[in-house]
Amino acid sequence: MENDNAVRVRGLVKRYPDKVAVDGVDLDIHRGEVFALLGPNGAGKTTTTEILEGYRRADEGEVSVLGTDPARGDRRWRSQLGIVLQTSRDEAESTVLELVSHYAAYYPNPRDPDEVIAAVGLEEKRKTRPRKLSGGQRRRLDVALGVIGNPELLFLDEPTTGFDPEARRQFWTLIENLRTSGTTILLTTHYLDEAEHLADRVGVIADGRMIEIGTPETLGGRGARTARVSWSDADGPHELRTDRPTAEVAALMQRFDGEVPELEVRRPSLEDIYLDLIGKANAADAAVSIEAGAL
Amino acid sequence: MADTTTKPLPSTLSVGLARTKLEVREFFREKEALIFTFFFPIIFLGIFSAVFGSTDFNGVNAATYFLPGMIASGIFLSSFQSLAISIALERDEGLLKRLRGTPMPPQSYFIGKIGQVLVTSIAQFALLLVIAGLVLGVDIPSEPSKWLDFAWIFILGAASGSVLGIAFSVVPKSGKAASAVITPVVLLLQFMSGVYFVYSSLPGWMRDVASVFPLKWLAQGMRSVFLPDGFQVNEPGGSWQLGTGAIVLTVWLIVGLFLAQRVFRWTRRDAG
Repeated sequence: MENDNAVRVRGLVKRYPDKVAVDGVDLDIHRGEVFALLGPNGAGKTTTTEILEGYRRADEGEVSVLGTDPARGDRRWRSQLGIVLQTSRDEAESTVLELVSHYAAYYPNPRDPDEVIAAVGLEEKRKTRPRKLSGGQRRRLDVALGVIGNPELLFLDEPTTGFDPEARRQFWTLIENLRTSGTTILLTTHYLDEAEHLADRVGVIADGRMIEIGTPETLGGRGARTARVSWSDADGPHELRTDRPTAEVAALMQRFDGEVPELEVRRPSLEDIYLDLIGKANAADAAVSIEAGAL
Repeated sequence: MADTTTKPLPSTLSVGLARTKLEVREFFREKEALIFTFFFPIIFLGIFSAVFGSTDFNGVNAATYFLPGMIASGIFLSSFQSLAISIALERDEGLLKRLRGTPMPPQSYFIGKIGQVLVTSIAQFALLLVIAGLVLGVDIPSEPSKWLDFAWIFILGAASGSVLGIAFSVVPKSGKAASAVITPVVLLLQFMSGVYFVYSSLPGWMRDVASVFPLKWLAQGMRSVFLPDGFQVNEPGGSWQLGTGAIVLTVWLIVGLFLAQRVFRWTRRDAG
C-alpha cells in the first residue's frame, strides 16, 4: 500500500470480437491528483475505466488499482472506490435522503448522508424522488452515491454530459472540493475546458492507444504552444508561428504603416492541441492502412 | 484513511436486511407492481365471486371455490413475475451495474429480493384471507394440520417462484420488453394450471402440460388446504397428491437455483 500511485497500468490490451479496444496502454495516477482521460467516442476511455473498476477483464497487461488487481478485487477493495457510471438508474421510488442513507449501509466507514447531500447541493431536494430531479441534479445524486463510502479513488465517467454551462460550473466546484479533501479522481470527459479546469494531468487516448500524457499546460509539447500571428494583404491571408509575436506585430505595423488588416495573435487552446493530437493519430492510422492496402 | 482499512465491513445479513427494506418500500410505492402483482388476485377473487355469486360449486360458494387458486396465483405473481420483471429492468437500466461497483455482497441483493417476496406475498395472503373470510363468507380452515400443509406449500412455492424469476429475468432483451415478455407467460400458466377455470374441466392435454410446471401443484396444494376433503374426487388423480406436489416443487426449486446461479448477470448481454 506504500506506493504513490493509486493506479498503475502497463501494457493493457483489451480485444473485442470486431476490434482492439485498448492497445497497449500505460498509465500512472498519483494519489491525490485529478487525472482526466480525454478522447473521442470509441477511443477506449470507457473500456479502460471499466477494467480499472473491475467490470471487465484485461486480455493482456498489468493492472493495479489501490494495490490490487481489479479482476481479484474483493469487498474491502470495492469499499475504497467510488464509481459514477456514465448512465445509471436510481431506485425510482425512494427519496434522495433514503437512497444516500441506504448506500451508506454498504460501507465500513461511510460519510454522513446529510453532509454528503449538502456537499452536492441537494439539501432542498432531500425528500424528492430521482425522477423529479433535473438532469444536473440527478448527476449530483450519482456523485453523492459515489462518494458516500468515503472513497480513496473516485471514477467519474463523463459526469457533465448534457449540462448547461451554469450546472457545469457548479459541478466543477463540487469536484474541486472533493480534490481538496484528498480524493484521487479519474475523470473521463470529452469537454476540453473541463479537463483544463479540473485536471492536474491529462491523458489523451485515441484508437486504444495513449498518445500523450501531461499537464494541461504542457500537453502537445512546447512547440504546440507557439503563438500564431495572422493577417491579410493583397496576396491573401498569411499566418506565421513565432516565439516573439510582439516583435512580429511591430514589424508588420511598420510594413503597413498603421493598421494591419485582419491582424490576429493567438495561442492554441487545449482544444486546438487536442484536435491536433487526435488528427495526427488519425493521419498515422490512415497512412498505415494505405500502406497495408498497397501491399 | 486508516479507518477505512481497519473498520469491519457490514455483514452480508445486515446489508441484506437494508436491501429488503428498500425493496419493500420500492414495491409498495410503485403503482404498476401494486396493481398487477399485489391486488390482481384480490381483484379477480372479487370479480369471480360477483359473477358466480349465487352459483353453488358442489356445496361451497364461488369465493371459497376460487380462493385457493387466487392464493396460489398471488404467491406465483409476487415471486416469479415480480422478480423476473424488476430484475430485468434493473439490469437493463444499469442499476445492477452500479450495485456491482459497491461493496454490497451479491448475496445481500438476493436476500433483499427474497425478503421482498416474503413480505409482499404474506401481506397479500393475509389481505386475501381477511377479505374472503369477512366479506365473501369463506370458511377459513382451523385445523393445525391444514396450516402445516399451507406453510410448506407456501414456502416451497415462493422459493421456487423466486429462483425461477431470478433466472427468467435474463430472457427479455430489454427492460421495456420485460412486462410484455413475462406477463403473458404468467397469464398462460395461470389459465392452464386451473387458477381461473375449474382444473378438471380443462382438456386433458392442457392439464398434462400444466402438470409439468410448479403453479399447477401450488394451486392443487392450496385446494387441499382451503377446500373440503370431499373435493379430492374432482382432482385428476382422485386425490390431492401432496407428495407428488412436494416433489415437483422441490425439483423446480433445485433447477431454479442451478439456473439462477448459471445465468444471472449484472450487466446487459451486449456489455461485453
